[in-house]
Amino acid sequence: MTSSQGTSPRGAPSTGEPSARRTAMATLANATIADLEARLAAHPLPQEHTIIRQPEIGLVMVRGRAGGTGAPFNLCEATVTRCVVALPDGTTGFGQCLGRDKHKALLCAALDAYWQQEPLQEAIESEILAPLRNIETKRKEQTKAEVAATKVDFFTMVRGE
Amino acid sequence: MYVAVKGGEKAIRNAHTLLARDRRGDTSLPALTLAQMTQQLYLSISRVMAEGSLYDADLAALAIKQARGDLIEAIFLLRAYRTTLPRFGYSQPIDTATMLIRRRISATYKDLPGGQLLGPTFDYTQRLLDFTLAANGEEAPATPQTQAFEAQERVPRVTELLDDEGLMEPDAELPEDHEVGDLTREPLEFPAGRDLRLQNLARGDEGFLLALGYSTQRGYGRTHPFAGEIRLGEVEVSLFVEELGFDVPLGEMTVTECQMINQFAGSAKAPPQFTRGYGLVPGQGERKVMAMSLVDRSLRWQELGEEATSPAQDEEFVMSHSDNVQGTGFVEHLKLPHYVDFQAELDLIRRLRAEWFEKNQKTTGETADLEAAQ
Repeated sequence: MTSSQGTSPRGAPSTGEPSARRTAMATLANATIADLEARLAAHPLPQEHTIIRQPEIGLVMVRGRAGGTGAPFNLCEATVTRCVVALPDGTTGFGQCLGRDKHKALLCAALDAYWQQEPLQEAIESEILAPLRNIETKRKEQTKAEVAATKVDFFTMVRGE
Repeated sequence: MYVAVKGGEKAIRNAHTLLARDRRGDTSLPALTLAQMTQQLYLSISRVMAEGSLYDADLAALAIKQARGDLIEAIFLLRAYRTTLPRFGYSQPIDTATMLIRRRISATYKDLPGGQLLGPTFDYTQRLLDFTLAANGEEAPATPQTQAFEAQERVPRVTELLDDEGLMEPDAELPEDHEVGDLTREPLEFPAGRDLRLQNLARGDEGFLLALGYSTQRGYGRTHPFAGEIRLGEVEVSLFVEELGFDVPLGEMTVTECQMINQFAGSAKAPPQFTRGYGLVPGQGERKVMAMSLVDRSLRWQELGEEATSPAQDEEFVMSHSDNVQGTGFVEHLKLPHYVDFQAELDLIRRLRAEWFEKNQKTTGETADLEAAQ
């Protein structure tokens, strides 16, 4: 897995297929290991995958943009763990998430592989990804509601009166 | 100059045992856990992540614990650790407009679209010590209030609001083929582009940048700043993976961003408009991003056709001295044995003194002879 120096397209990809897969990957990357394991305990995956790239910890240089929208610059590195698995039919699954949790990267890779199997995709979407999205949405809504309660309206005092 | 020394192994070993004992402190008290630190000392964690230039809260906690709370020592430990890891690549630039916002304020617009959200802030506290935190069995904090909110996919930045009228300087783009500078890969050279300056400032020492930013406010390179917008929250980080052909989400990262807006009366190079300084750091670091954006703006004097008169505008001075790991290395190396060097200095001073006294005596003697003759 290598990354090109800023030559890749900005934002989400245009083709439909990777976009659904990307959404699934985002849900997995944002889930806590505890939530992920809880869902997998309730809905176990087949165990047909083999690891073709062992979970590995490394760095990604995170970029920002000058002024928020201008030219990119290097902000800081972040730890990332990645892993690749393969199914007997040759399908490969990629797992990658911020942090140093090798087990989580492996679970993400396996889920990415099985998600690409037509018969399994629906079950993974409804039994694993939907509940994880639910948890994520609830967490975000809670944050937004708490922050909204600190919304402030300042009154400007007129000078010299 | 430092000259290598040998020996002292036993004393060094024993000193490190003492250090380990002192680091742990009274063993009848429970040891700090990393989870306690990431949860309860997050602003220390943030500073170590920003200046260590490595986003990993657990590693920052470990470094702070090992360094006995010395944040610069902890930053040093993170910088050393990162060199042991492979680099997978460069992320897509994060988009702070899509942030899950936990705080967002503007000192320039009372009624900005999306609202002013105070979030978790020390602002408006009275800075009185809270002794209930010192008491055993600290009470659980009150449950935060909640309020209905408008769903917003994208919260526009304040700097976009004036864009239409041309009153606000647009963000500078660089040519498509410009390779983003990376000072972890190539040594610093001057003049440096804004990409390298921003990277340098993002990992620069907060105290140093605060002092420089403060100096610009006090008149050393005045920039007339307003805090256009400060925001804190989580953004998605993604990495383009060639095997997959799309940028893969890696998870969310906490960042703090500051847009400083500066009055600018115009120059031969640019019309009167509001110009901008930018600050961005990993974690929660409001003071740091504000100072960073003040210094970023000051360093842009050449591009805007201003006169350079002050330390905060001196790119080489600022960028060469902002790094506290480099600074610590050079200052603290003075502790190491300089015996040979000092012996040489001692001989030199002895010789100079002998010459000085000899010359002085001769002159005094001559003066005395002259006086006697008269």
